[in-house]
Amino acid sequence: MKLRDIAHSRTGDKGNISNISVIAFDAKLFPLLLSQVTAERVRDLFKDIVQGEVVRYELPNISALNFVMDQALGGGVTRSLALDAHGKSLSSALLDLEITGRIGDTDEAP
Amino acid sequence: MRSIRIGSGAGYSGDRIEPAVELAEKGDIQYLVFECLGERTVALAQQARMKNPDSGFDPLLEERMRAVLPICAAKGIKIVTNMGAANPEAAARKTADIAKAMGLPKLKIAAIVGDDVLDACKGSDLPVLEFDSTMRGLGNKVLSANAYLGAEPMAAALKDGADVVITGRASDPALFLAPMIHAFGWSMTDWNLLGQGIVVGHLLECAGQITGGYFADPGFKDVEGLARLGFPIGEVSEDGTLVVTKVDGSGGEVSARTCKEQLLYEVHDPRRYLQPDVVADFSQVRIEEIGKDRVRVTGGQGTQRPDTLKVSVGYVDSYIGEGQISYAGPNAVARGRLALDIVRERLKLTGVATTETRFDLIGVDSLHGQSLGARSEPYEVRVRVTGRTDTLREAVRIGNEVETLYTNGPAGGGGATKSARDVVAVASVLLPRAQAAPSVRFVEA
Repeated sequence: MKLRDIAHSRTGDKGNISNISVIAFDAKLFPLLLSQVTAERVRDLFKDIVQGEVVRYELPNISALNFVMDQALGGGVTRSLALDAHGKSLSSALLDLEITGRIGDTDEAP
Repeated sequence: MRSIRIGSGAGYSGDRIEPAVELAEKGDIQYLVFECLGERTVALAQQARMKNPDSGFDPLLEERMRAVLPICAAKGIKIVTNMGAANPEAAARKTADIAKAMGLPKLKIAAIVGDDVLDACKGSDLPVLEFDSTMRGLGNKVLSANAYLGAEPMAAALKDGADVVITGRASDPALFLAPMIHAFGWSMTDWNLLGQGIVVGHLLECAGQITGGYFADPGFKDVEGLARLGFPIGEVSEDGTLVVTKVDGSGGEVSARTCKEQLLYEVHDPRRYLQPDVVADFSQVRIEEIGKDRVRVTGGQGTQRPDTLKVSVGYVDSYIGEGQISYAGPNAVARGRLALDIVRERLKLTGVATTETRFDLIGVDSLHGQSLGARSEPYEVRVRVTGRTDTLREAVRIGNEVETLYTNGPAGGGGATKSARDVVAVASVLLPRAQAAPSVRFVEA
């Protein structure tokens, strides 16, 4: 299963920092996001692109995670040499992340 | 309980024109907000103003005002916008001229000035937040310094009867917070209320991004009618409760999922969203669908506003030169890679002075690099070489080395393009609040 089967995502930019939200389609899927979409995996996925730290924030009220990636936009949106200077396409790469385990595997309430 | 309806008429400077007309005509709104000022736009506008003192405001101001002013004047809808860019007073005079030329009844147009803090910042020891330097370190490369103002001066202008409020640099959510403060008489120290007001503004400020734009993914997230996307309306109650909706029959969708994506857009720590008027806390926000294209948003909180204002500093950073050329059919990737190798060697051989370069194959690895890039052979690829230089002259040489691949490079290269431009970049500093003194200036149409 891919992350895109259980969640949606949007990228935002500020200076040289990119943030990517990952939002469960259903609250029941949030524990799966919590356990599998870790800051380490995101950092590893974007190792060619992100030079700085990746921090994960959790928003259980809306079943969402927010990844904040430092030094991620080629020196900053206003000066980057990249074709996608804003990094708007990054969320699409994240949604291709492999997710293991079945929906409902966990009995934790979000 | 009292409530107001605020329409969001633009999410960036180049946004579509007619959704705002639809909002004014059919949205039953009392306020129409246009957020049109990108991070570096003020710096570019400042350059324009230096050449012509009557310019320096948003290039689409006239088109937008002509489209909505007659309807707004007839219905008493107040307009709030940051289309003033580097010259809010000239933008206000221009708007007054347009109103007069269109034969509209007398309008009070307010310009908010005082965001320009170049004098207070230039040459100072204020540290740059993004990299290791100071204002003094940036020296004469600095073009502009504009503080993100809060909602107070805009709310004051509305209180004094403004029909149109035109500001320069202000926090984007503050454009929406100002009508709430004015309509409900909110205290500027009721941090939780202001925090919820920022949630409202933050959700609405990118216009179509909450009604189904920047969202569709066929088969996963289908959205109808993106060619006639409706822009959002925020129905705000006196206690800050928001219902996001749009004009019936317009394209797009307002749903919990579109609102959640926009809530986190460009947010870092959701507990500390720094604004000039409050430090907003998005962590307890609740989002509920209460009807078709109707979503209720509550639970925004806040704590005391920061003592400093964020200042956006525009400076001349460098020059960028670029060239592109395409290859297609069998072995396109190999020919594209050969082309990149040739240009790499040519730049070295001919001594083009770059401080940073990129060699991309569009269709393969230009967006996410080689480890995430295409694993199968695409039918066509586009070579893209780009580099940073200290002069325009050097930047031009990069595109030239791509273009000459026509007759000197691999077989079948077509559609070469080249460009060279100066880069006005933006950095930030924090300025003690007292050093910015915003004020309101009225123009009568």
